[in-house]
Amino acid sequence: MPEAALHRELLARMWLNRAFEEKVSELYASRVITGLLHLAIGQEAVAVGACSHLRTDDWVLGGHRSHGHAVAKGADVKRLMAEIAGRATGYCGGKGGSMHLVAMDAGFVTATGVVGGQIPLALGAAFAAKEGGRQQVAVVFFGDGAGQSGAFHESLNIASLWRLPLVFVCENNGYAEFTPLSAHTLVERLARHAETYGMPAHTLDGNDLLAVHDAMGKAVSQARAGKGPVFVECLTHRMRGHYEGDPAKYRELSQLAEWKEKDPIARFARMIETRSGLTAAEHGAIEADARARIEDAAQFAIASPWPDADEADTQVSAGHG
Amino acid sequence: MAAMNMVQALNSAMDVMLGRDPDVLIFGEDVGYFGGVFRVTDGLQKKYGRERVFDTPITEGGIVALAVGMGAYGLRPIVEIQFADYIYPAMDQLISEAARLRYRSGAEWFAPMTVRAPCGGGIFGGQTHSQSPEALFTHVSGLKTVIPSNPYDAKGLLISAIEDDDPVVFLEPKRLYNGPFGGRPDQPAKSWAGHPDAEVPLEHYRVPLGKANIVRAGQAATVLAYGTMVHVALAAVAECGIDAEVIDLRTLSPVDVETIAASVDKTGRCVIVHEATRFSGYGGELCALVQEHCFYRLEAPIERVAGWDTPYPHAFEWQYFPGPDRVVQALRRVVEA
Repeated sequence: MPEAALHRELLARMWLNRAFEEKVSELYASRVITGLLHLAIGQEAVAVGACSHLRTDDWVLGGHRSHGHAVAKGADVKRLMAEIAGRATGYCGGKGGSMHLVAMDAGFVTATGVVGGQIPLALGAAFAAKEGGRQQVAVVFFGDGAGQSGAFHESLNIASLWRLPLVFVCENNGYAEFTPLSAHTLVERLARHAETYGMPAHTLDGNDLLAVHDAMGKAVSQARAGKGPVFVECLTHRMRGHYEGDPAKYRELSQLAEWKEKDPIARFARMIETRSGLTAAEHGAIEADARARIEDAAQFAIASPWPDADEADTQVSAGHG
Repeated sequence: MAAMNMVQALNSAMDVMLGRDPDVLIFGEDVGYFGGVFRVTDGLQKKYGRERVFDTPITEGGIVALAVGMGAYGLRPIVEIQFADYIYPAMDQLISEAARLRYRSGAEWFAPMTVRAPCGGGIFGGQTHSQSPEALFTHVSGLKTVIPSNPYDAKGLLISAIEDDDPVVFLEPKRLYNGPFGGRPDQPAKSWAGHPDAEVPLEHYRVPLGKANIVRAGQAATVLAYGTMVHVALAAVAECGIDAEVIDLRTLSPVDVETIAASVDKTGRCVIVHEATRFSGYGGELCALVQEHCFYRLEAPIERVAGWDTPYPHAFEWQYFPGPDRVVQALRRVVEA
């Protein structure tokens, strides 16, 4: 894809992510959506930059803050929205909800509500990808809060030892839930752990889309070429609380203002105005198109039926529907 | 005395124990600086300092193991696992170590620790934020398992748990933190204000472990419940008018067989209610105990009302949750049998 077109495409994908999260927030406020919601507004460059190198048959795993990973991987936004709203037309017929998304048609293997639980799962996906011999890769997203769990360290070791085609994408947003990273570890750059396990690792500005895009391009190529795992740490910030409704009093307002200046969408748009000739009108149209697609998704979810309660005990085990 | 919700009562229990016993300390995810996701440890770090109330990384296995080791040096830790659903990485430490130290060491070493964890559904947490894993703990010899149903009991039981020399898993039904929930989500949420069990002494007191509480005396049937289901059972009894005796077990292990057996001997009929999945749930143990102790007095098959044998489904919160309608149906079946 020519650079100018690629830039517009990446901008459009970030807007799709942003619009999705803002719509989820709106539907939560109006009680169309219930439950525990963790939004990734402000972290769009990581999801979009990372997934922009992936094929549909590459595998992505995420955690509790993973709407954006599924959207960026190409999952159907209507079915995602319907799932979060608990509707029959959702990816899992409404059984999973926000923290437990799965979209296998798009290669989004799973999200999980337990911090760090997805990291060792990704080993299995990567192992299967390697065995499959089709140069597939797995990418696992997790936050800095997961980096002190045992599962994280076990996974780095195994991935490296067995040279699995796996890219670890750490979204270091500085907070493990409500507590700053400094209260969790002296190793504030999680990429250092990867180096310990003999894995190439990079730390970069996660709000700089092109930085993420470039680093992920190299990382995915290495994994796809059978040269083993790579660790990419993206420094970023979530602009909402840990969950919707969290007043986030633990965070300084000045910190929020500082990160607002680094908004990944506005920054990227400014950059490509000069580099790729993006006009204000074009930018407006890209945003409007994303919002229209998400509005359609929201209307689809709202108009969708609730699942039949008889469905609830199906799919628990094989042979039960 | 002061009016307290369950969050405040639990906080008060820990406040009292931190004040009385310098060996008591608290740690877990977000419990220090932030005061806990459900605010149960709010203000305690400020009052007692970072040496005694502190944050840990997200590392449940490490949190529980740390507490086990502390016991060797005479400390008396209280740890919070932020949601009971997060406790599984710590099961190895709880089962293989904490529960067995006393037995393994000829009672020279033990684990005087309390593991607090919010449990249960009713808040749309889905499959990883709504579970009721109590039967996993009651199955383990050497662990005690407690679930309070009101602020007064919550404080008294937590103090007993902290003072107990053995490991206690203290499960807190998060649907009860702010009010007694009778299982009718379509009705306005009640707060604890004005509830008799929300009058809580400010000072130290104990509610003993292993003692059930008859929360409603009756003749027609016995309902065995704990946690949120105590309030659901009371709502069901009020709605159907069956003169049932409702027993709040409070401690699941060790369980108060005496109170259970005396009641079922009197009524001859028994309904067991819990939110956890039915198959191999704690109700199975209760059912066995009742038939062992009361077989010749039983007038009807024992009924179990429980969550479905599925993960907690996002879209079916209130179908999964055993509400008063299901309890009423079970009560009717036992009295009409």
